[in-house]
Amino acid sequence: MAGAAGPGTGPGAAGGDGDDSLYPIAVLIDELRNEDVQLRLNSIKKLSTIALALGVERTRTELLPFLTDTIYDEDEVLLALAEQLGNFTGLVGGPDFAHCLLPPLESLATVEETVVRDKAVESLRQISQEHTPIALEAHFVPLVKRLASGDWFTSRTSACGLFSVCYPRASNAVKAEIRQHFRSLCSDDTPMVRRAAASKLGEFAKVLELDSVKSEIVPLFTNLASDEQDSVRLLAVEACVSIAQLLSQEDLEALVMPTLRQAAEDKSWRVRYMVADKFSELQKAVGPKITLNDLIPAFQNLLKDCEAEVRAAAAHKVKELCENLPPEGRETIIMNQILPFIKELVSDTNQHVKSALASVIMGLSTILGKENTIEHLLPLFLAQLKDECPEVRLNIISNLDCVNEVIGIRQLSQSLLPAIVELAEDAKWRVRLAIIEYMPLLAGQLGVQFFDEKLNSLCMAWLVDHVYAIREAATNNLMKLVKKFGTEWAQNTIVPKVLVMASDPNYLHRMTTLFCINALSEACGQEITTKQMLPIVLKMAGDQVANVRFNVAKSLQKIGPILDTDALQEEVKPVLQKLGQDEDVDVKYFAQEALSAVAQRLRKLDSPAKDGEEPSAPGADKNHFLRPGGPGEDTGKFVPLMSRHTESERLGWFLRRQ
Amino acid sequence: MSSSSPPVGAASAAISASEKVDGFTRKSVRKAQRQKRSQGSSQFRSQGSQAELHPLPQLKDATSNEQQELFCQKLQQCCILFDFMDSVSDLKSKEIKRATLNELVEYVSTNRGVIVESAYSDIVKMISANIFRTLPPSDNPDFDPEEDEPTLEASWPHIQLVYEFFLRFLESPDFQPSIAKRYIDQKFVQQLLELFDSEDPRERDFLKTVLHRIYGKFLGLRAFIRKQINNIFLRFIYETEHFNGVAELLEILGSIINGFALPLKAEHKQFLMKVLIPMHTAKGLALFHAQLAYCVVQFLEKDTTLTEPVIRGLLKFWPKTCSQKEVMFLGEIEEILDVIEPTQFKKIEEPLFKQISKCVSSSHFQVAERALYFWNNEYILSLIEENIDKILPIMFGSLYKISKEHWNPTIVALVYNVLKTLMEMNGKLFDDLTGSYKAERQREKKKELEREELWKKLEELKLKKALEKQNSAYNMHSILSNTSDE
Repeated sequence: MAGAAGPGTGPGAAGGDGDDSLYPIAVLIDELRNEDVQLRLNSIKKLSTIALALGVERTRTELLPFLTDTIYDEDEVLLALAEQLGNFTGLVGGPDFAHCLLPPLESLATVEETVVRDKAVESLRQISQEHTPIALEAHFVPLVKRLASGDWFTSRTSACGLFSVCYPRASNAVKAEIRQHFRSLCSDDTPMVRRAAASKLGEFAKVLELDSVKSEIVPLFTNLASDEQDSVRLLAVEACVSIAQLLSQEDLEALVMPTLRQAAEDKSWRVRYMVADKFSELQKAVGPKITLNDLIPAFQNLLKDCEAEVRAAAAHKVKELCENLPPEGRETIIMNQILPFIKELVSDTNQHVKSALASVIMGLSTILGKENTIEHLLPLFLAQLKDECPEVRLNIISNLDCVNEVIGIRQLSQSLLPAIVELAEDAKWRVRLAIIEYMPLLAGQLGVQFFDEKLNSLCMAWLVDHVYAIREAATNNLMKLVKKFGTEWAQNTIVPKVLVMASDPNYLHRMTTLFCINALSEACGQEITTKQMLPIVLKMAGDQVANVRFNVAKSLQKIGPILDTDALQEEVKPVLQKLGQDEDVDVKYFAQEALSAVAQRLRKLDSPAKDGEEPSAPGADKNHFLRPGGPGEDTGKFVPLMSRHTESERLGWFLRRQ
Repeated sequence: MSSSSPPVGAASAAISASEKVDGFTRKSVRKAQRQKRSQGSSQFRSQGSQAELHPLPQLKDATSNEQQELFCQKLQQCCILFDFMDSVSDLKSKEIKRATLNELVEYVSTNRGVIVESAYSDIVKMISANIFRTLPPSDNPDFDPEEDEPTLEASWPHIQLVYEFFLRFLESPDFQPSIAKRYIDQKFVQQLLELFDSEDPRERDFLKTVLHRIYGKFLGLRAFIRKQINNIFLRFIYETEHFNGVAELLEILGSIINGFALPLKAEHKQFLMKVLIPMHTAKGLALFHAQLAYCVVQFLEKDTTLTEPVIRGLLKFWPKTCSQKEVMFLGEIEEILDVIEPTQFKKIEEPLFKQISKCVSSSHFQVAERALYFWNNEYILSLIEENIDKILPIMFGSLYKISKEHWNPTIVALVYNVLKTLMEMNGKLFDDLTGSYKAERQREKKKELEREELWKKLEELKLKKALEKQNSAYNMHSILSNTSDE
């Protein structure tokens, strides 16, 4: 091996001798030039393979110049190219040659299409880290400067994203220049560039020295926050979060707060929306004192803003705002300064506002405690549970458990039960679904007797719902109930009702019986399954609807593991064999699937010695039959393979690093 | 506790009634409620309690020296805004303002010498106070301008009259741009342009005429207006993809381009290539394509040398999945071909006809049909005939193929006609191509195989390298030479 390395290592060797290299660059470049965009795209996506075939030398001298020249292409191809080049450092010969990648990326950073430009900037940021400090100043910083003073706005917007990556590693003189360039972009003539600068202002502030933040970033921030275009002003709000984190309380008060106050009352709703949307971040950034003095009043205004969009954004933040208040005095602040506004929002004219509030309002109960919740929040929950908009109702129901923890299920069910019963028949199926999912918890807390009285009939009614998702959820719900209340309860209350549906004229209801049996058999155990369920399933094998028949086959496969040899041999097998001759292809298919599973099961039962090992033996996993029902079954099967895979990958990476 | 219970009770009563209605009706009810929503509510933020208006004497009853003073008073009175969302409040004051605005419109359009220098400030102030406002959020975030009804401006009864007044003011023979430019400045125009995003088509229509007049009368603002429109378009294309007034702005630009002096400035060419052409990528192209195509053709009529870059630009942005847009592109290409010079045609015939050949074999019959209609155009036909040696080999393959395979009988019939026309243009070439068709197909297949082979080899090489890297610490050069020795 060492000997073979000799002749090839000379720099010109591969380039000079055409026969020596496997694939002449012309062929590869031909691929990149193909008329079909899709093929060009495929080639670009495999650019690393091409570079690998060419070797680092020819990649630098031939491939990269070619790529730099062919920048005029479909945006989709350019996007793939920009992405590839970000990971190319190794393929051009490592960090010493990383700067070779700058010319093509520079051109890509100037194209019109935003997606391409952003990707090029991302790759440039990545590559910047691979430059040595010297190379950074020799190659990267000049590129940033060129972009920052480009004629067309695209290059200037791209430049905005590159300042923060080169600033920390530049010398002081260069730092001053970089700041100067950033300053001029913040007051650029084109709003697109100002937007780009505003969106990177916070990021840039973080890498600057504190003095420069105060003397340079703050004035830029103030200017951008009072830009004539609201699209620029709203981005300044985002920057405010980062800047506020850097400053002391006094500096904050003097330098940032006047601007933030102004933003919270901006004439454009977009800016106010942004303040509402970033409220929690702002709150954390400015600290508790300013929050109490400034942000709470601002928040109150946002909660009663004239635009629903702003109110909704603020309503979303209610819980986070309250959570982040200092524990001391929190309750008083919420009760006196927040709750009155929330009460107003419960009867807002806009459904999005109400729904936003409903998604967080329940979270307040843990903060306010039991008594306040019962006295002040519960009436609001009840009002929202009866809201005309289903989304509002849904948001309340799906968060009931937070309240449950605070006031206990008794109290909750007494107040909420009438509303819940009403919602169980809601016209929107998603609302019904949310209620069903809440049932097992409710049942567990209320006990069997209460459940049978008030809720059992609801649970049965859902089985014949006209929406499949509800019937499916209802089936799973029954299984969970049986696990809670035990088999005896199941045998007395659930199973008879389910089995009656087997002779329903509607085939969907008949299938529901089968689905229920699938779900319940394991929880109910061998006796109930064999004595009560199996006969019904077998009887249904003669159903006139094919869907029912193949579901019979599936059910038999499903309940097989619970049955004993006799039942399998004497009852299940003949029926499956008959279904295996069915005229319908699907019935035939599923019957044969089930037959082979049953056959395997029987073989295992014949040699009980092995039976004990089965669950742990990896080979047994292939047999679905042996491990019924567990949803984790499939993932279990894949885990060893995947972990092995990642291990070898990690190994490869490790070796490459060496 | 007691404070919160009454609203709860009231809400539940309201719900039980609406709960009985089925889901569909409720949706339509909600939609109707939404459509009643007012725009422009943002402007009432800062206003305190409403001042009640008191009617002023009629202008026509005043003496001529009182008239000017009264005119200004009326203008100031009209600066007060009313909330039209609330249809019962301030009814009397609203009516007074409406009547006053009507009177003002009539006053400036029928009388001469009433627009004196001192009035400009009040006039522009009144206009600004009424029309400049932050547009409210769109009611319907997935607003489809082709399908949905636009949200109409609630305060239209007043705003319409203000626009009317603005137009009469601009068009009055007494109007002097030299005085007005103190008030109608860059900031004013900037705000005016932002209003083009209004969802109300009536408002955009007024704005279009207003901006057109301003562009015509204020020479100093022209470059600024073009630049701002430029920015709006770039933002529309690359940032938001949403702006309601694109068609209106393009319509104004159409007339602006028409008046460009020759030779075209670099700035204008850049606008064509970097703004108008990329605009074809917009999702809602259908809403403004007619105006856009008009602008493009205007440019080409001014300067034919732009034809090649324009057509190459369109080919670059040719829609890949949206058939509706493809039909629009084909329409635009035909408009361009209608005015193309034969020398320019030669420059782009190859890439263009490669695209047309793809369109002709589109499985969407409207695309295929639109492309095949080119052969009904006398001028295009003559261009094809002149260059038949180039075009026939490009077109032949797909035409031949669809004549046998296309699912739509109309397309097949059209293709037969096209083939016949082409055959008549150069029978010998046609025969040659028919003869070599099969061999051509086979060569393509072989090339395809070669490509697959190439990539397979490259993949193997990559795998081998990865393996060797793991096995030894050799650098890339040694590996390359090692594998290539084999």
